[in-house]
Amino acid sequence: MTVQDPTGQFTNPMVEVSDLHFAFPQRSIYQGINVLIPRGKITVILGPSGCGKSTLLSFVGGRLRPQKGRVVFDGEPVPTRRGEALFTMRRKMGMLFQSSALLTDLSVFENVAFPLREQTDLPEELIRILVLMKLELVGLRGARDLMPAELSGGMARRVALARAIVLDPEMIMYDEPFVGLDPISMGVIVKLIRELNDALGLTSIVVTHDVHEACGIADYIYLLGDGVVSGHGTTEQMLNSEQPEVRQFMQGLPDGPVRYHYPAEDYLDDLGRAI
Amino acid sequence: MLWLQQLGQIGLRFVSRLGMSLVFLIHALYGAVRCLPRFSLVIQQLFSIGVLTMLIILVSGLFVGMVLGLQGYNQLVNFSAESSLGLVVALFLVRELGPVLSALLFAGRAGSALTAEIGLMKATEQLSAMEMMAVDPMKRVIGPRFVAGLIAVPLLAAMMSAVGVLGGYLIGHGQFGVDPGVYWTSMQNGVDFVDDILNGVIKSVVFGFIVTWVALFEGYDAIPTSEGVSRATTRTVVTSSLAVLGGDFILTALMFGGL
Repeated sequence: MTVQDPTGQFTNPMVEVSDLHFAFPQRSIYQGINVLIPRGKITVILGPSGCGKSTLLSFVGGRLRPQKGRVVFDGEPVPTRRGEALFTMRRKMGMLFQSSALLTDLSVFENVAFPLREQTDLPEELIRILVLMKLELVGLRGARDLMPAELSGGMARRVALARAIVLDPEMIMYDEPFVGLDPISMGVIVKLIRELNDALGLTSIVVTHDVHEACGIADYIYLLGDGVVSGHGTTEQMLNSEQPEVRQFMQGLPDGPVRYHYPAEDYLDDLGRAI
Repeated sequence: MLWLQQLGQIGLRFVSRLGMSLVFLIHALYGAVRCLPRFSLVIQQLFSIGVLTMLIILVSGLFVGMVLGLQGYNQLVNFSAESSLGLVVALFLVRELGPVLSALLFAGRAGSALTAEIGLMKATEQLSAMEMMAVDPMKRVIGPRFVAGLIAVPLLAAMMSAVGVLGGYLIGHGQFGVDPGVYWTSMQNGVDFVDDILNGVIKSVVFGFIVTWVALFEGYDAIPTSEGVSRATTRTVVTSSLAVLGGDFILTALMFGGL
């Protein structure tokens, strides 16, 4: 399935995944997926748990090597070897992990300062200003001296977000940003994703299985399932889609192309054997 | 035939892990070299794995020395050779017990902590996050810990030997009335710098290398679950202890002859 482009937003995309094939030793993940991430937009990757949504981010970040097909970031193929080229590319992208992945031995301030200290030779005073600016953006300037263990899940994710944007990346990837948050924290994260995208001119990729939040935030949606892109379009197009796979997922129907029953032999035969 | 199959499987798994750990070692050594310009990172690690291990090393060293004093005196006095007590205690400690025991205690106290720390960093995606921030964990996390382990273990072994010699003196002089001059002179005359002290230092450098390598590899290779980390921690203590004791036999044979 190729991406149709009536509005021209997919010319010169930030990320281009074409014909990506990949399998772990025990199971196959992708059988040829094509995804274009337009610049300056929020693209949501939807899909059921375990369909390889998050894995897609590993390919964009160069942490996994495609077995076939290619991944292009900002006009350049993503390097598949660890090395300076890969690290240079990663400096242009930020990533928010599902577990927040804050460094537990460093305070909130030091966590946000970490990329600056590692990547730049900025003087201490400037680092302080930059860190406080980013913490202010996520509303946690007052929490700078707390340790990660003292933060709630929502706060930890906001700190991780401040850390992901501290080097002013061009693109930010969110891995399941809505999981395990209370409604207020969820609202805060949704607002932050939208605001950061628009205010900083970022390109955002949001991986989630939360249809409701996804529809509220997405400029464009890709639905993954069974190793292929089973549908894509704007929020409106996706919600009104007649395609069975898309309809089942977007409306949360228990049975459809994705079967309710785990594959098994015939029910009556199975019961009959026991008698 | 099943047991043969299983045996082969165990063998294959062992060889493949050995290979993985060697690849890891190369990366870790490269990371260790690159982290040296930021020596403050190494110093932090020296504190947490070296300084915090000192207490257990010093206390055990004292007791080991005192036991050597007791046992040594009681045997030597049968041959009226109690004047050699200082020499016996010092040789035991400097050649064998200092390097070996300090490496075993280091594996239990610091090695297990290293494995758990790295394993949990992996489980909580901290290492992945570093990678995505274009920070090489080999340089930022593994390297400094490797260097710190290499520096800490020989120093801890030296401290253990020194305290042990004092412990032997406490018992020999305090309890049995061995003449202080005799105790120290026999040591000074009998202990050779190259044969005894230098060989002991070489041993503890090798042991420090082994224990730190095993601990870091097990942590880095741990299955990122609580069960995986707990198993990795156990493996660190078991593998590194066995490697230290086996390595000690080989090194002793090479250094002091016999094979």
